[in-house]
Amino acid sequence: MADLTEIGIAEARDLLAKGEISSVDLTAAHSAATAAAQPLNAMVTETPELAKEMAAASDARRSQADGGEVGALEGIPLAIKDLFCTNGILTTAGSHILDGFKPAYESTITDKLWNAGAVMLGKTNLDEFAMGSSNETSYHGPVNNPWRVKGDDRNLVPGGSSGGSAAAVAGRFAMGATATDTGGSIRQPAAFTGTVGCKPTYGRCSRWGVVAFASSLDQAGPITRSVRDNAIMLGAMAGYDPKDSTSSQHDVPDFEAALTGDVRGLKIGVPKEYVLDGMPGEIEALWQQGIGWLKDAGAEIVDISLPHTKYALPAYYIIAPAEASSNLARYDGVRFGLRVEGKDLTEMYENTRAAGFGAEVRRRVLIGTYVLSAGYYDAYYLKAQKVRRLITQDFRDAYETVDAILTPSAPSAAFAIGEKSDDPISMYLNDVFTVPANLAGHPGISVPAGLSKEGLPLGLQVLAPAFDEETMYRIAGVLEAAAGFTAEPEKWWRSGS
Amino acid sequence: MSNLIEGATGQWEVVIGLEVHAQVTSQAKLFSGAATAFGAEANSQVSLVDAGMPGMLPVINEVAIEQAVRSGLGLNAKINTYSVFDRKNYFYADLPQGYQISQYLQPIVGEGVVTVNLEDGSSRDIGVERLHLEQDAGKSIHDRHPTKTYIDLNRSGVALMEIVSKPDMRSAEEAGAYVRKVRAILRYLGTCDGNMEEGSMRADVNVSVRHPGDDLGTRAEIKNVNSIRFMQQAIHYETTRQIDILEDGGTIAQETRLFDAQTGTTRPMRSKEEAHDYRYFPDPDLLPLEFSDEFVEAIRATLPELPDDKKQRYMADLGLSEHDAQVLLAERDIALFFEAVATGRDAKVAANWVQGDFFALLGRAELDVADSPISGDQLGGLIDLITDGTISGKIAKDVLEMMFESGQDAGVIVEEKGLKQVSDTGALEGEIDKVIAANGDKVAEFQGGKVKVLGWFVGQIMQATKGKANPQMVNQLVREKLKP
Repeated sequence: MADLTEIGIAEARDLLAKGEISSVDLTAAHSAATAAAQPLNAMVTETPELAKEMAAASDARRSQADGGEVGALEGIPLAIKDLFCTNGILTTAGSHILDGFKPAYESTITDKLWNAGAVMLGKTNLDEFAMGSSNETSYHGPVNNPWRVKGDDRNLVPGGSSGGSAAAVAGRFAMGATATDTGGSIRQPAAFTGTVGCKPTYGRCSRWGVVAFASSLDQAGPITRSVRDNAIMLGAMAGYDPKDSTSSQHDVPDFEAALTGDVRGLKIGVPKEYVLDGMPGEIEALWQQGIGWLKDAGAEIVDISLPHTKYALPAYYIIAPAEASSNLARYDGVRFGLRVEGKDLTEMYENTRAAGFGAEVRRRVLIGTYVLSAGYYDAYYLKAQKVRRLITQDFRDAYETVDAILTPSAPSAAFAIGEKSDDPISMYLNDVFTVPANLAGHPGISVPAGLSKEGLPLGLQVLAPAFDEETMYRIAGVLEAAAGFTAEPEKWWRSGS
Repeated sequence: MSNLIEGATGQWEVVIGLEVHAQVTSQAKLFSGAATAFGAEANSQVSLVDAGMPGMLPVINEVAIEQAVRSGLGLNAKINTYSVFDRKNYFYADLPQGYQISQYLQPIVGEGVVTVNLEDGSSRDIGVERLHLEQDAGKSIHDRHPTKTYIDLNRSGVALMEIVSKPDMRSAEEAGAYVRKVRAILRYLGTCDGNMEEGSMRADVNVSVRHPGDDLGTRAEIKNVNSIRFMQQAIHYETTRQIDILEDGGTIAQETRLFDAQTGTTRPMRSKEEAHDYRYFPDPDLLPLEFSDEFVEAIRATLPELPDDKKQRYMADLGLSEHDAQVLLAERDIALFFEAVATGRDAKVAANWVQGDFFALLGRAELDVADSPISGDQLGGLIDLITDGTISGKIAKDVLEMMFESGQDAGVIVEEKGLKQVSDTGALEGEIDKVIAANGDKVAEFQGGKVKVLGWFVGQIMQATKGKANPQMVNQLVREKLKP
């Protein structure tokens, strides 16, 4: 039989339905590939035994179903970002402070996936509490990008914070993976790894049981190998959850059905503010290439302005840390996870949090505490919220005239591990194209569209109005087809090099 | 004004503002489905949300919203159909999330007014600044172990209404009257049980002093006072302390203080260095709370008659004195009981029975009205038997005691014990004749002009009939028979 790790979710779904493959075999192939990929450090926890059980149960359901209903992801092995709480299975959020934490509950998203028949391969590595753009802030160490510059064996970052999920999909050891995106944590790693990553509309996917970073920005979504796979997986993840007050009651459409391949007459906005000084020429060229593909497919390109774009990143780096400083207060050593004793309660807090949080998390907790403090609140937090409203209004105004927006996903290709880790500002700039959609709560997707001169994947981003993932997917599908991106990383990690 | 205090440097006025924390009567907590019963085993009523577990999210309990609106209406306050939940950030071991969800800039209820009734019969209006919803914290237990602290999270997340008054009170008496009135209103509304000893109601007391006409002085906040008596003691102590400091040329520190019930004094709770910056900001896990005017009106339509309206009605329609009205409506349970007794009967008679014999029996048994072994209808039934002449008022007092012991209806007791009044002229005449025949000397006295002897005769008959004779009838018959 052909290598089962080389097929996508849609193809596997058909082969499983025809009985040509079993979930047990499909899962075994991915579990083996996962085990073989340890040099990438993409997984925090591997669950091959559980995967085997779930796969067998799936095959049993399918054989009993007798042609009846099976789940949308029946038998499909997935990796889960270690930010999603999984019942009885270590959940670390990439942090030392959650040492040994095994939740007694299952996040709504993973619960929905298992109900849709999916199989869990394990938990993926990530930046600590999803704070990072390179997966270097994880307590479990950095994830190595499956991609390398040809002829150069230096390890590159996979992007972040969903670096482990992106690497698992790009490295062909998970068919798909859950991820979360607060400022670009799905789309940027997808761009860096040649995968498809979608951040849906805020409220599409329940946040219940997902370790919170910045509640008003966090949104879960899928990373997959193709746009179709992505649409299938999001369909299983999305939906109203009464346990999340910010969850949307919008109906979940059939996202896959939106992939008509027809974008004729659609108006695609190209925002002038996304042209950055010093942006690599190949990013600019890729963008122009994308514009050309959509034109050729019959879409109309419209130059637009999103005037407040330049304030997005500063506003984001006030709002996200502010919320994080409060969200992370519960990690205090009192009830779960790490505790480092002290002579009194205050010292226990100090010792625990000093030992439990890494440098980036500490930096953001400090920034967040500062911007919420008496005397600074109005100048920072309140002003950032005003900027956020203006940015949202920019998008609303734009969507009066265009159906979607096309931009690059990230200002560069993957960079080397350690290259930016001492320079937070340069690191934060990675999210310059992705952050605005988080502030507005709008959906966005990154599609692999080409390779850099060095042979590294580059992505294009499609943004769409709130709850219009269908248009977003339709355009993404056309870009994907036009780009014909078939490149794969060489599996250097298997040869032990 | 009698509230002013004479000091060495002139007259002083105390200014008091109260923050009353009232636990919302609800089966579930403010943002989780966990139960709220008092006295449950430690940590047995804790959901994942209340314990601040990773990834857990709050979902507002609609009952709590209704109760807050209801309370706001009862306090004659403005209802804000748009309000916002904020996080109040601070670290403590019994605060699992590391923040309390509260309402800071945009509370669910705005300004209102409470009319308090003072002992001298006067009343005063005290302004309400706002009412907001917030979560309670858990409980730290320090006295079970020499070095360890135990945490009970049963209260963590319980819904509280914080009712903030304006600094409108000028004496401990007014403060006490205010708390009693707020408690009565909430009890009438069924939005808080008002049990201070169980912690479902407690107050933070802000006290400052000034010379009349001056600007407000610096205040001290006395935290978590859990009885009206303690609150008044604390105000007295704090007033004296502050006047002494100011008259000695000192200044008052704006600080949080604790009341020590053992010594009747207050002492500083936190030092300035630890003064909290709570870093309030809107809780991003919760959308702003919005509801329609129709929602408010639907709640308004179900409001019960509240104390001030009741007082009006008791005096105007039922003809009760202000004092009687005040006593009978001070507690909702008493008012309900009284109204059951008074319905279809003479309200003044009903008021007398409730406040007199019935209260005496309750007091002796150390029971609240709610635990009374007899209902208002039953007491009304007893009054009916007096009214229709079945029993005398004197017998009725005995019957009430028996009712209280057995819980039986008056009619049943009267029947079983044969206590019916004898109004049969024939039977009474026989008894009277016997007495007259045996007491010729008394007869002579009466006929000689000693009219008082009549009472002696009636007494004899009543005794002979074991009190069952109809006294009026006996009186009349004896008078006729003694006529020369």
